[in-house]
Parts: sequence; structure tokens; C-alpha cells
Amino acid sequence: MSLAEVPLVLMLVGLSAYAVLGGADFGAAFWQLAARGERRSVLREHAYRAIGPVWEANHVWLVFVLVVCWTAYPLVFASIFSTLTIPLFVAALGIILRGTAYAVHAGTAREIERRAVDGVFSLSSILTPFALGTAVGAIASGRVPVGNASGDLVTSWLNPSSLTIGCLAVATGGYVAAVYLAGDAARAGLDDVATAFRMRALGAGAVTGAVAFSALAVVAVDAGRVGDRLLEWPALAAVVASAAAGLATLTLVHRYRFEAARYGASTAVACVVLGWALAQRPELLPGLSVEEAAAGRPTLLATVVSVAVGAVVVVPALALLFGLVLRGRFDRQPAAGVAHVAPKRGSRGRAASQGRIAAGVGVAGGGMMLVFDGGPFLAIGVLALLAAVAFGSLALVAAAVADGQADESSVGGC
Amino acid sequence: MSELLLAAAPFAPVDQGYLFEARQMQALSFAVHIPIVCFGIAFPAFVLLLEGLWLRSGDPVYRTIAKRWSKVMLALFAVGVVTGTILSFELGLLWPSFMATFGEVFGLGFTLEAFSFFTEAIFIAVYVYGWDRLSPRAHFLAGLPIVLAGFTGSLTVISVNAWMNDPSGFTLERGRVTDVRPLSALFGNDFLWHELVHMYVAAFIVAGFLTAAVYAFGWLGGRRGRYELVALVVPLTVAALAAPAQIVVGDWAARSVARDQPVKLAAFEGLHRTESGAPVHLGGWYDGDEVRYGLPLPRLLSLLAFHDPDARVEGLEEVPAADRPPVNVVRYSFQTMVGIGFLLTGISAVYLLVWLRRRRLPRSRWFYRAVVAAGPLSVVALLAGWITTEVGRQPWVVYGHMRTEEAVTGASGIPVGYASLVLVYAGLLAAVVWILRRLARAPVDPEPGAGGVAPMPGATRPESEDGR
Repeated sequence: MSLAEVPLVLMLVGLSAYAVLGGADFGAAFWQLAARGERRSVLREHAYRAIGPVWEANHVWLVFVLVVCWTAYPLVFASIFSTLTIPLFVAALGIILRGTAYAVHAGTAREIERRAVDGVFSLSSILTPFALGTAVGAIASGRVPVGNASGDLVTSWLNPSSLTIGCLAVATGGYVAAVYLAGDAARAGLDDVATAFRMRALGAGAVTGAVAFSALAVVAVDAGRVGDRLLEWPALAAVVASAAAGLATLTLVHRYRFEAARYGASTAVACVVLGWALAQRPELLPGLSVEEAAAGRPTLLATVVSVAVGAVVVVPALALLFGLVLRGRFDRQPAAGVAHVAPKRGSRGRAASQGRIAAGVGVAGGGMMLVFDGGPFLAIGVLALLAAVAFGSLALVAAAVADGQADESSVGGC
Repeated sequence: MSELLLAAAPFAPVDQGYLFEARQMQALSFAVHIPIVCFGIAFPAFVLLLEGLWLRSGDPVYRTIAKRWSKVMLALFAVGVVTGTILSFELGLLWPSFMATFGEVFGLGFTLEAFSFFTEAIFIAVYVYGWDRLSPRAHFLAGLPIVLAGFTGSLTVISVNAWMNDPSGFTLERGRVTDVRPLSALFGNDFLWHELVHMYVAAFIVAGFLTAAVYAFGWLGGRRGRYELVALVVPLTVAALAAPAQIVVGDWAARSVARDQPVKLAAFEGLHRTESGAPVHLGGWYDGDEVRYGLPLPRLLSLLAFHDPDARVEGLEEVPAADRPPVNVVRYSFQTMVGIGFLLTGISAVYLLVWLRRRRLPRSRWFYRAVVAAGPLSVVALLAGWITTEVGRQPWVVYGHMRTEEAVTGASGIPVGYASLVLVYAGLLAAVVWILRRLARAPVDPEPGAGGVAPMPGATRPESEDGR
């Protein structure tokens, strides 16, 4: 593998993570829409609750894929976004609507508000993965040529490959979400909810398998080069592995082994992404190979190194978050007593002298900034000014709120 | 890149009839995103400050406010995630030629930003969902990466904007970049540091005055308990110290613009002819030749731009008319920003002086009315500042290298997209106002010791379980 291909591998990892994690978020909303009757509010609460802590992080994966693409393969990014302007804009609107509905769902109090917010949330959760799926279909079927909006703005994404892959994206999300929610409910001890989602997972698994097979057939016929190569080694191996992982997941769900099923479902989704990549290789867009599309060596190196360094920070942090969520730390009853903190004695005199020091440092820093046009003295001036604002705020706030406590009548009686 | 493709020039400029609408669409998306970003940067610091006060004093009121504000922080972060994602989509949807040509030069800034974004998203969840579930110390520590990521995120995003204003780190040959040095392009850039500090300080001013405005409004309505006092004092104090500092930072920024973007500086004032001892005109109108009906302040522009009242300042006449930005837009935005900046500094001075001399809050109702006004005004100043620098950069997208008209998409339908985006953002604005009002109306009931906020029906999840 050459350096030019490394960012592509990073993008595929990001895309798989987004398909699994983002897909599960989309799917959870799908089940809210599908819920009926008395169970509706229980299922709704469970779905919102389960995706809560991981919602934001899951959607950063999409941003990650985009930024690596435009840094490492700028021509590919620009060609895709200019030709597929309609589905990608629709996906963007779906993302806004979804995020807004998610942000406000907590404030809903009346049934009519709840229904409206849930409706927007669920519909945008179907629309967005569908639109993104059609874009994938357009790229896979070679309908995005190199150039500024050089492809057909409509038929590039309104075609058999795009439509089936759009459906596959929605179905996959629903399936992954059902598996995830079943496991989450079982862990929380909500057995009837777990049973409900188990049935949904089995149903969705069967539907997703059927959609995946029809998508394979459609792409094989419709998508030209990629369609042919999908049925050859090595892409075929990934397709078979995906099917095997999907079947194994169904068995695991059937046996109430939700935790293992979660990994099985993720593997099945990742194998689909891998199969597409292997079939697409070595051309990213018609007539444009990975090597030709890649940015210069310094940019590629800087990108790969940045991602490696970033991963050192983010991977343990993600592991921490998922660990807390999956071990149920966030749905446990709050531990009694943690809110008590022993008061410590503060010194008002110290706050006042800190305030005077901060003021002096700030004036000195500001003065240096006014005198120097550049160089180390300007830098020191800037740092001094910022430090003065920060520490001055701390000292003043500490003193002001302590004063307010001691002398409430004087501030209250104006 | 093969010679064949190079000859075919796949991203040759196109004829786009709706360039102005495309620019408006991008500007609208920024105008929605940037004020929310201010809360992403500054609000975690406010919340941690309050939690720190709680850890030191054990007074539950700090914790009550911190907990409640952290819910607002999460809701606004969720909105920030989506509005930021839209911006990254629009870079490709609206400006594909810019991305195709220069993506490999500046893209790294956004790659790094993605990791700040990840860190912020992860720890904001740990923090907000971790109330009562982590030890107080672990909980406080979980908040620190949010503040840090807010800073590194601004650093990397602003590095891209600084590069657009002061591009370097590449060679442009026949429409293609070669010899790309991404690190020096982004971080070896003179514009980065003043733009970064200016924006970072602005975030604290905007989040501080907007939050203070809410409680100042309540103060006028008679809500003056200890809870309201603390909730008013914390953001107001930070903003009151940041506002005067911003004037010094702004002076630094203006001198850098004078040195590296003389045309933009000339547009700040509407200075047509190059002259020594150039004046500033307050108000008035630039008619393409001079500023009419403005109030002249002699030699002030030379003094501000070069710290020398007799310095020579280049006028707009130095470049062809086609290379000048829309002067009146830039000029009025600049004057609005500076004017509001001084107004906010005046409010800050009253607050700080009264406190230093009397050790209490100001008593005049006019002070609280001014703080209420300062909230929205600080947002106006923020947006005016971005209009100043971004419209002032026109007609260039990459200053001196690529014009905005060369960057735009060849796809049709921009007006339809623009109209849909306006509708969707109007809905988003309405929804955000609605949720903030709802969160604000939840009863405040600080329980001694536990310090939980009493949950309203269907309140944000982490609260809904501990409704004791």
C-alpha cells in the first residue's frame, strides 16, 4: 500500500464507524416512528436515552471522513460535492432538522409538541441516511465524473444503484439500532423492552439481508466496473464475510446474546464498506486513480501523522465514553452522598491581592502589545493580557460572590 | 496528476449566475454557527468556574447553576455540531473549485479540528451525563478537556481563515498548487495569532454578556436571590474584563491588516486616495471617491494603523476597481464592531469601578437595562467583525490568488437551496429560543446538599432520573 492510499484507509475506517454508530442513531429514530400504541412512549424514551451520551461523538465521524477527503483527495471531494449537490444538500438539511429536534426533545412537555418533534426527528433520520446512500451509489456506479458539476445533477443519484443503496443504508441503521437497543434494555433490566427490540432486530435483520442481496444484484447489473468486480476476488470475499456475519448476528440475537450480536452487526456493516472499497479500487472516480487524485507528499504525510497523533487522544477517550455507557454507569441511580463537599475556608484578602496582581499584569501586557509590532515581546504581552483576564476573573468572581453572600441586603435592595 | 487532466483543467471557472446567493448562503450559515461556537468556547469555562467554586466552598447554589447551565451547554453543542457539519458540506456544495485547488494546502487545519471536535463531543457527554455518577473530582477533571478542545478547535479553524487572508505555503502554477507546505501555510502565518486571540476573547464577551443579559432581565423583574446574583456575576465579570482587553487585541489586529492587507484597511475607512496623516470619518457614505457626510477625526487612521499620526496610508486607488471590496458594507461593519466594543467597555468600566469602590453591584436600573442590551449587541459586534474581515477580503477567496467567482460551483439551483436553508434555519432559531425559554422556566429549587434542579416533565435525561 502506498502513502497515497493510507488516507483512503482512514476514510474507510471513519465511514464504517459512521455507518455503524451514526447508522444506529438514525435507526433508533426509525423505531420511534414505527412504535405504536401504549408502548410508544416507553420505546421512545428508551431510544432517546440510549443514544443520548454518544450522539454527538457518533456524528463527528462524518465530519472526519469529509475533512480527510478534501485534504488528501481534494479533486475527488470537489467533484462529488458539485455533481451530487442535490442528495448531499438534502442530507445536510436532514442533519440540521435532526440535530434541532434532538436538541429540543428534552423540552417537550405536551403530547402535541412531542409528536411534532418526534415526527421531524424520525423523518429526518430516514431522509439523511437515504440521501447519503444514494450518493454512495452514484460514486460506486461511476456516475460522478471529475469536474465542477460535470455529472448529471439528477440521474447521477436517481438510478437503480443509488436507490437500492439508499434503502440499504436506512435498513442497516434500523437493524443495528434494534440490536443495540435490545442489548441496552436487557442490561438496564427492562425485559419487555428488550424482548420488543429483539423481535424488531430479527425482523429488521431479515429485511436488511434481503435488501442487501437485491442491492448486490442491482449493483452487479447497473454499476458497470464496480458491479463486475464486486463478484470477483477479493471484493467477493468481503461480501461473503458480510453475509456470514449477518447470519451469525441473527443467531446471536435469537439466543439473547445481544452483546456479541452488537459486534457481529458491526462486522457485517464494515465488510460491506470494505467490499465496496475493494471493488472500486484502483479508481476513485472514472479515469482518476487514487495515485492521481492524491495530494502532494507533504500533505499526505502531515494528514497521516495528525490522525495518528489525534487517535492517541481520541481513541482512549472514546473507549472511556463507550465504557461508561455500555457498563451502564450513566443509567445507574446517582450514588448517594457524592454531592456533599466539605467546605473549605477561603480568604477574601487573598482574592483582593490576586486581583491587584492580575490588574498589574494585564496593564503591562496590554502596554507591550501596543508598543511591539511582532516578535517575542508581543507574544509575551498577549499571554500576559489573557492570563490577567483569566486570573482577574477568578479572583473577582470569588470575591464578588463571597461578598454577596455576606451582604445580600445591600445588593438586593436597589 | 496526469498531464491529460492537467490540460483539461477539470476545475476551470464556470459561469454561475447566482454567485451572490451562494455567498449569502455561506454567510447565513456562518452567522448561525459562530454565535453558537462562542458558547462552545466560553460556556464550559463558566460551568467549570462554578463547579470549582462549589468544590471550594461546598455551597450548593454553585452546583445548581453549573448543573443547569451544563444542560444548556449540551443542547447548544448539539446545535453547534449540526451547524458546523453544514458548513463543511457547503464548502464542497458551493465552492468546489476552491476545495479542488487548495484543499491540500489548508485541509489539514480541518483534519486537526475534527479531533478537537471529537474530544469536545466525548467529554461534554461524560461531563453532563456524569453529574452524581462520577466523583466530584473526576467530574471536574472531565470538564477540562472541553475547555481545552474549545481552544484548539478555534486555533485550527482560524488557521484556515488566516491562511485565506494571508496565503502562503504553496506555489500556484497554471491553476494547480505545487510545493505545498501545509504546516507553514497554517501555523507559520502572521494572521493566525491576532485572529485567534480576537475571536477567542470575543467568545467570552458574547457568551458572557448574553448570559448576563438573561439574569439582568430577571434582576429588573425582581428576581434577586443568591442564585440569580451568582448567575449574573460570573458571566458579567468575565465579559467585563474581556471587553477592555479586546480593544488592545483589536488594535493589534488592525495594525496587522494595515501591514498585510492595505486594501482591506482602506475599505475600513473608505480611504480612496493614498495619504499621510489619514483621518477616520464616523458615519457618512463612501460614494466611490470619498466619504460624504461623515464626521472627520483628523489623522486618526494613520495613528490607529501605524501608531504614527503622520504615517502614509494606502488608499483604494492603489488597486483596480475590480480588486476592491464592497466598501460601504465593510466600513459600516467595522464601525459597528468598534462602536459596540467601546460601548461594552463602558458598561464593563461602570461595573468594575462600582465594585472596586463600593464592593457591591451597581444599583441603577439603567445599568441592568444596559446589560440586557449588551447581550444582543455583543452578537451584532461579533457578526459585524466577521463581515468586516470576510467581506473585506473580497473579491478574493484566497487573497491575491483566487477570486470568489472562480471558486463557485457550476451546479444550478442555488436560489432553491438558499430558500430552503433560510426556512430550515428559521425553524432552528425558533426551536432554540423555545427550548432555552423552557429550560429557563423550570423551577429553581436548590436543595441543600443534593443541589439538584427539580426536573420538569420530560426534562433532559440525566435529570429525569433523580427527581428527588
